[in-house]
Amino acid sequence: MTERVRKLREQSLNAVPSLSPERALLVMQTYRDTGLHSAPMRRALTFKRIMEEKAICVNDGELIVGERGPAPKATYTYPEICCHSLEDLDILNNREKVRFRVDDEMKKTYQEVLIPFWRGKTIREKIFSEMTDEWKAAYEAGVFTEFMEQRAPGHTVLDDKIYRKGMLDFKREIEDGLRSLDFHNDPEAYRKQEELKAMSVCADAIMTLANRYADVVGELARKERDPARKKELEIIEKNCRRVPAHAPANFWEALQSYWFVHLGVITELNPWDAFNPGRLDQHLYPFYKQVLEEGTVTPEKARELLQCFWIKFNNQPAPPKVGVTAAESSTYTDFANINTGGLRPDGTDGVNELTYLVLDVIDEMRLVQPSSNIQLSKKNPDEFLKHACRVIRKGWGQPSVFNADAIVDELLRQGKSVEDARNGGASGCVETGAFGKESYILTGYFNLPKVLEVTLNNGVDPRTRKKIGAETGEPADFTSFDDLVLAFKRQLRHFVDIKIRGNNVIERLYAEYMPVPFLSILIDDCIAKGKDYNAGGARYNTDYIQGVGIGTVTDCLAATKFHVFEKKNVSMSDLLRALNANFEGLEKTRLLLVNKTPRYGNDDDYADSLMSIVFDAFYDEIDGRRNTKGGFYRINMLPTTCHIYFGSVTGATPDGRKAWMPLSEGISPVQGADRHGPTAVLKSAGKMDHVRTGGTLLNQKFSPQLLESEKGIDNLSYLIRSYFRMGGHHIQFNVITAQTLRSAQQHPEQYRDLIVRVAGYSDYFCDLSTILQDEIIARTEHQGFS
Amino acid sequence: MKGLVFNIQRFSVNDGPGIRTTVFLKGCPMHCPWCHNPESISPDRQIVLRGERCLRCGDCYAICKNHAIRKQDGEYVTQRAVCKECGECVEVCVAEAREIVGREMTTEDVIREIEKDRIFFEQSGGGASFSGGEPFLQHEFLLSLVKACKERGIHTVVDTAGYTSPDVLQRISQFVDLFLYDLKTMDNTQHQEFTGVSNRIILENLQHLAEWGHKVIVRIPVIPGVNEDSESVRRIGSFVGALGNVEEIHLLPYHQTGIEKYRRLGMDYRMNGTSVPTQGDLDRLVGELKGHVAAVSIGG
Repeated sequence: MTERVRKLREQSLNAVPSLSPERALLVMQTYRDTGLHSAPMRRALTFKRIMEEKAICVNDGELIVGERGPAPKATYTYPEICCHSLEDLDILNNREKVRFRVDDEMKKTYQEVLIPFWRGKTIREKIFSEMTDEWKAAYEAGVFTEFMEQRAPGHTVLDDKIYRKGMLDFKREIEDGLRSLDFHNDPEAYRKQEELKAMSVCADAIMTLANRYADVVGELARKERDPARKKELEIIEKNCRRVPAHAPANFWEALQSYWFVHLGVITELNPWDAFNPGRLDQHLYPFYKQVLEEGTVTPEKARELLQCFWIKFNNQPAPPKVGVTAAESSTYTDFANINTGGLRPDGTDGVNELTYLVLDVIDEMRLVQPSSNIQLSKKNPDEFLKHACRVIRKGWGQPSVFNADAIVDELLRQGKSVEDARNGGASGCVETGAFGKESYILTGYFNLPKVLEVTLNNGVDPRTRKKIGAETGEPADFTSFDDLVLAFKRQLRHFVDIKIRGNNVIERLYAEYMPVPFLSILIDDCIAKGKDYNAGGARYNTDYIQGVGIGTVTDCLAATKFHVFEKKNVSMSDLLRALNANFEGLEKTRLLLVNKTPRYGNDDDYADSLMSIVFDAFYDEIDGRRNTKGGFYRINMLPTTCHIYFGSVTGATPDGRKAWMPLSEGISPVQGADRHGPTAVLKSAGKMDHVRTGGTLLNQKFSPQLLESEKGIDNLSYLIRSYFRMGGHHIQFNVITAQTLRSAQQHPEQYRDLIVRVAGYSDYFCDLSTILQDEIIARTEHQGFS
Repeated sequence: MKGLVFNIQRFSVNDGPGIRTTVFLKGCPMHCPWCHNPESISPDRQIVLRGERCLRCGDCYAICKNHAIRKQDGEYVTQRAVCKECGECVEVCVAEAREIVGREMTTEDVIREIEKDRIFFEQSGGGASFSGGEPFLQHEFLLSLVKACKERGIHTVVDTAGYTSPDVLQRISQFVDLFLYDLKTMDNTQHQEFTGVSNRIILENLQHLAEWGHKVIVRIPVIPGVNEDSESVRRIGSFVGALGNVEEIHLLPYHQTGIEKYRRLGMDYRMNGTSVPTQGDLDRLVGELKGHVAAVSIGG
């Protein structure tokens, strides 16, 4: 690592996250000052004003310029989506973990100007006012969450288009579109015109921002005494004049161009998963080859440029939440997830020299942002996998490992073209997408064990004591296990209906009120259709509902089937009484359920076939339903940290889990239920039909000693390859002992830098809530056996 | 064909190449005091007790037909002398405070378990390993297992101390891809003292395997006070080196992780106070062995 990178990295790590009112004020002023405008134009003028007036920040020594806020980690708020209350600001400023500094000026601005202005006008308020009572009851009971109540739909990734075209090229396409509008025959012509005009304004606006950076950097260059730095600043100035207006001419410009585009997307709104360059090694390889051939840039310089690029991501914390979620500890990570390896569009091995360089950068930078992964195809060399495993061995959870062939299959199953599928990858935690062409929106987590709990209470949620579900029968009257499964499926349909009805309203709210004309420039085929990204402009429009707690619900079904209906050693009413009592005074019953039940994660078909029943039911209920954007609903199986929240609202369950404890995480077994080692877990997880999802998440924890030697690296790579042969979508690892984690809990001051894999992303262990820390500790740690 | 198995361990990575499933056969003719698998020694089923997990519910007491469990000051005490290891109490113990070590399994049962990880064997060049105890103590069962594996194209490893008849060894060895062969000491008096048997047949069998051209890795448990001196190990090194077929020696340092198992089995641990070998000791022994074989490593 060069001295420059070391300093920039240190500065980034030490920068204190804070909130900046800059954007919120500019948005308010535009909304106040503009007259009658279509929604896209209003949003475009808002974007323009921010790009024209936001503060310019250039940090000492950096090679890639551009910050979202006025300083590194000065984070914007997005009051048009959700407006922080004074109480929220106090919580953010004072909470122990994942703090954001809020100064008095910011608070005053909110109190006197922003809160009064936005009251009653935010998307969040609009969403809650539009939802039905049954939606609200299910939401409050914790059956599902809603992604779009605090952040805008995003969930998309860029392809290679900005490396081939500049904003001037996009503007030409937009102008072509405007010219060819047919007001005689196309009833949508006016809508399209407004959207295209808005895109054009945004294209100009991002070039304005780049030029403002060029001006400031040019000024710095003129004042600079150090000739080496002066030369660098002159190049940066030139870069900012050229990109993103034009297609980048070299490696350095390519990185700078992406970065401006990234800033544009995350400033326009607060889209989920920030934004993401996607298949970075594929996109940059032509530039890398070119500069190496020309001798203009050495591999060392390319490495330094990439490292400077990495730091830019780390300088942009995820925008903080409001309300209840602000009180809970969250994360600074914004889920930008860089892909390496995989396949080329023609289906050949995509691994190149730059792939290895990017893996080295990931290793050296050791930052929670950006997140990173490898896309592993059977066509990729083992050395690529082993190189990645040697980084994974370091124990901080990056890169995660994806099955590139499975991802192609998943995308093909959904009807994408082969080429679009091969250009795809994974983003966020584990979500499959056709990069540059798809809006793949996660709409909410779905609490599968809760559905069973409500089923066992004939439609009543025991915690809120409200009747939130369908009356699917008194469980004591069930004569067979099939009766229970049938009731569960009916209950599932009830809640999926509620969730999807809500989604289809919320989707329209964003389409009508909150278009994103800048992002729409970047995703095919928004320009060609003259349609906004949020209104269905993308080539593919997919909505996901994310199943959580499949391990828990499987074990619950297994325990009920085995003990109530087969062994008949516990009656249904005794079981329900035990759950109601949270097993108080009934430890023997609880242990019977825990220890004497075939459980998921042990390669035991008894339990694993029940997992498939739940999976199929969830899939059948959701997959193929139509959304409002011309696309379809799909499922994926990932929790992020929602298994903690869902656990906290779910009472005792028939698998012997006590009330309010975490659910199982991802598609992993219940913490500690897997007793036959990692291969048995992989076999169980491999019985899920991953190709019918848009992503599944499997976590494994290994003791560091297992991976010490090269033989350990080999074994890890064999496990991964075997899992992928079974069709597994994704796997990731924590390589750390429970002992280390416990020690970090007790002495956080000594473990400030400890990064662990959470679920689909890595985070600082000490930033996690205690209950999440406990859950990670409780995950089964696999040893080598001799 | 049936045999007594005390454990089947999937994802074994130290008992031969690749990812393996190790089948542990119960019973051993030796009784080395350092043994870290004391449950492997007896050829019979045994009951393991984890008192700390006991809920004192009395279900074991109620179900025991042999009256092997007594109630004493609110505790349930198992009299091993009376216990017939029928396992009924284990079935009813929800707290998993009781366990029977030693499960009668057919060849088919074991093969079914092994087959579960075939995909991992194929990917890693792994397979099945048979360990003990001394797997040759149940040699007919062992034969049926390795034969069944070879019929299914599964790589086989046998982890043995070589205490068996040459005939048996010959019959079985044709189905074995690799032997992990334990040598403790060349000194027969010392061998008899610690293991209870002579090492003559062990050394001869190792020579047979060399003659028959089998692949063998020799493993030396490094036990302070027994064979951690340079001379002991050097003697093993020159014997093994002369065989010609052994390319690798593994040193397996003594460890104390088995102590708890002795207590649960109601057995005495005779190695109390023994320290584990230091890295310096191990490095010294590696040095002694170099030159005799191509590769020496610490650990499996």
